[in-house]
Amino acid sequence: MRKLVFSIGLIFLALVPPARAFEVENHISVGPADARRVLRVISTGDAEFFEPTLRDFLHDLPDVRIEYTVASSGEMMKALDEEGVDMDLAISIATDLQTKLVNDGEAQRYSSPTTERLPAWARWREHLFAFTQEPAAVVLSRKALAGLPLPENRQDLIALIRDNPERFQNKVGTYDIRTSGLGYLYATQDARTSETYWRLSEVMGSVGVRLYCCSSQMIDDVASGELAMVYNVLGSYAREKSNTDDVIVLLPQDYTVVALRTAFIPRDSKSPELAGLMIDHLISRGWQAAPGAFSVLETDSWSDDTQALRRIRMGPGLLVYLDAFKKIAFLREWSSAVLQ
Amino acid sequence: MNTRILLRGSIRRRLIIQLLTGAALLASLMFLVVQNYARDLAGQSQDEILSASMTAILDSASVRNGDLTVDIPYFAFSMLGNISEDRVFYAITRNGAFLTGYPDLPKPVASSGIAPRFQTARYDGEEIRMATATRRLSVSGTPDFVEVTVAQTRYGLRQQLAGISQTVAGFGIGFFVIAAVFGILAAQSAIQPLRQLAGSVSRRGLSDLRPVSAPVPAEMESLVGALNGFMSRLKTSLSRSEDLIAEAAHRVRTPLTTVRTQAEITLRRVDKPENRQAVREMIRAIDESSRAAGQLLDHAMVSFRSDHLELEDIELTRLAQDAVSRLRPMAELRDIDLEIHVPNTAMTVKGDPILMQSALLNLLDNAIKYSPPDSCVHVVVRLKTDEGEITVRDEGAGFPKADMGRLTRRFVRGGNTDAVVGSGLGLTIANEVARAHGGRLFLTNHSDKGGACASLSFPLA
Repeated sequence: MRKLVFSIGLIFLALVPPARAFEVENHISVGPADARRVLRVISTGDAEFFEPTLRDFLHDLPDVRIEYTVASSGEMMKALDEEGVDMDLAISIATDLQTKLVNDGEAQRYSSPTTERLPAWARWREHLFAFTQEPAAVVLSRKALAGLPLPENRQDLIALIRDNPERFQNKVGTYDIRTSGLGYLYATQDARTSETYWRLSEVMGSVGVRLYCCSSQMIDDVASGELAMVYNVLGSYAREKSNTDDVIVLLPQDYTVVALRTAFIPRDSKSPELAGLMIDHLISRGWQAAPGAFSVLETDSWSDDTQALRRIRMGPGLLVYLDAFKKIAFLREWSSAVLQ
Repeated sequence: MNTRILLRGSIRRRLIIQLLTGAALLASLMFLVVQNYARDLAGQSQDEILSASMTAILDSASVRNGDLTVDIPYFAFSMLGNISEDRVFYAITRNGAFLTGYPDLPKPVASSGIAPRFQTARYDGEEIRMATATRRLSVSGTPDFVEVTVAQTRYGLRQQLAGISQTVAGFGIGFFVIAAVFGILAAQSAIQPLRQLAGSVSRRGLSDLRPVSAPVPAEMESLVGALNGFMSRLKTSLSRSEDLIAEAAHRVRTPLTTVRTQAEITLRRVDKPENRQAVREMIRAIDESSRAAGQLLDHAMVSFRSDHLELEDIELTRLAQDAVSRLRPMAELRDIDLEIHVPNTAMTVKGDPILMQSALLNLLDNAIKYSPPDSCVHVVVRLKTDEGEITVRDEGAGFPKADMGRLTRRFVRGGNTDAVVGSGLGLTIANEVARAHGGRLFLTNHSDKGGACASLSFPLA
């Protein structure tokens, strides 16, 4: 069955017209090939993470097939905003880009008893709905840290690297925020919260920080011992892989930025009802199937120190760092700190 | 008897409609005024926050290293998000050339001043409110004009207004309901004196034509005055006609006595049986007329005295005994036995002795008249809790059932009385006397032995 689905997915991939300008990272197709209804989802979430949730959703809907397209948040923005690609549901971790798409009128309104249950911070304009909370975590290699005190906050991290540059030389990783939407979001929120971020960036730059596109690669590299520490990775991915003794997942106690994985129904969706059902599914139970994620409905189960959590607030404030001028200025500053 | 009264409109209804219309107008006016005010206020507060946001951006514009930079502060937009979930748009231009933001945002109105300008426009299918201001900077010695526009949809404003409208509408409806309740009460109380007057007039006895003496509101002075004048004229006219009847009866009765005497003398002289029969019938007719005239006089007297009762203590037993002894000779002529049963206790009532005697005599006279020969008429005086009762019962045919209800009206006689001389006023007199004294006249037929039964009851003193 799985093989069949996969091959169908491959066929579909092959059939995708090359006219598409936005870059598709992956594509899977879940559900019967001759399904009467199709739900086209564009998402930043890895297919392997999402597939169980999609299957769970289809359990009660045997006549539905899901076309699940994975793209980076930037490519997704391009697809929806500039190219007007037909999609029924847009799921992204880049809360700021999602907010901008909604603000710019790319979404349509949706409301259901399930969305009503969401706390006020988890929905915006009845267009954008958060269904998981994604804290920015620090992942450390236990082996690399042997003999050193466990850091608890950014000050500790700065001191750790400064005092042991040889251990961390070329062994620190973080997002390349010039290409990663989530990396940019985490970085801007960090910079907004505390000056410590810039000092940490400079310190990381001084030991030759390595820049990544994606959280999973960074975490894999820590697990394999390639890296000693990665900064600002997806806490949910990290937690899922932290069952080995090799890695330590740290939520900094001075503050932890929490992004919201959100979904909205694009304005021109062909099947908004199905998309609405999917949103309800994601909010109420879907993502629980994926380990390491934090539901928006249960807030306090994953951190003892909720004071330190800086949940990103959906709203026009997020448009500020997406301003072209502002972005250029920020990237310039970041580059001068990180790329020494 | 009752003529239909033509109705047109109702004072109460008219008052209520006018008060309700006034209340509804006031409530709607209040709603409109408050809503307008709220709209102005909400619009003003949106302008203020847009202005604050726009100013914050404008203030961040600076010249650094000989070049213009605009570093939008985070709070410039996040403060807009605090108020509502409206969409936010902005545009920054330099010397009229687009720099950053939303390039297709409507152009702000031109102005040479530095004061913020506000305007309402449409963008992306929605109504937006725009705030714009210009600032002059100097880049390497040349003036540079930076213009910042911040715009917001008006979804939150509308929602806020809808909430206010709902509240104000609630208040308006509440106001209307309270005003309506007060209006209805006011209308009720305004016509209350009219109802009281109508009630007091309609509760009066048939012949009570006294002027209204209770105090009335000023507005009713002319009505009551007219009513009193009308009643006084009516009373004069009534008493004049009663006087006329009494006078007429008196004038008729006196010559009738003479005629009767002459007729009896004539009867003795006439021998032919057919002539004797004619004269007898003549005498009978004279008797009938004379009696009618007498009763008319009695009735006129009762009517007159009812208005001016001369109350005395009257002992009912004595009254009954007197009446029986007065009519005994007449009863004996017809071989009718008069039996009287009185209790041991004395029963005193307040009454007009002449009227009460007249009433009782009329009842007794009736009983004797309608009794068959060799029968008995019973007069019973009884004490009934707080009333004294005199019952006169004969052994005749009784009251005809069909006529029972109307026998006490003037000139109404039972359907079985053709053979007996009568005017139809006897029971009327008895009834009017009873009512003038606060008592009653009951007419029944004796259940087992037959015979009419008339009871007069009076409240005890």
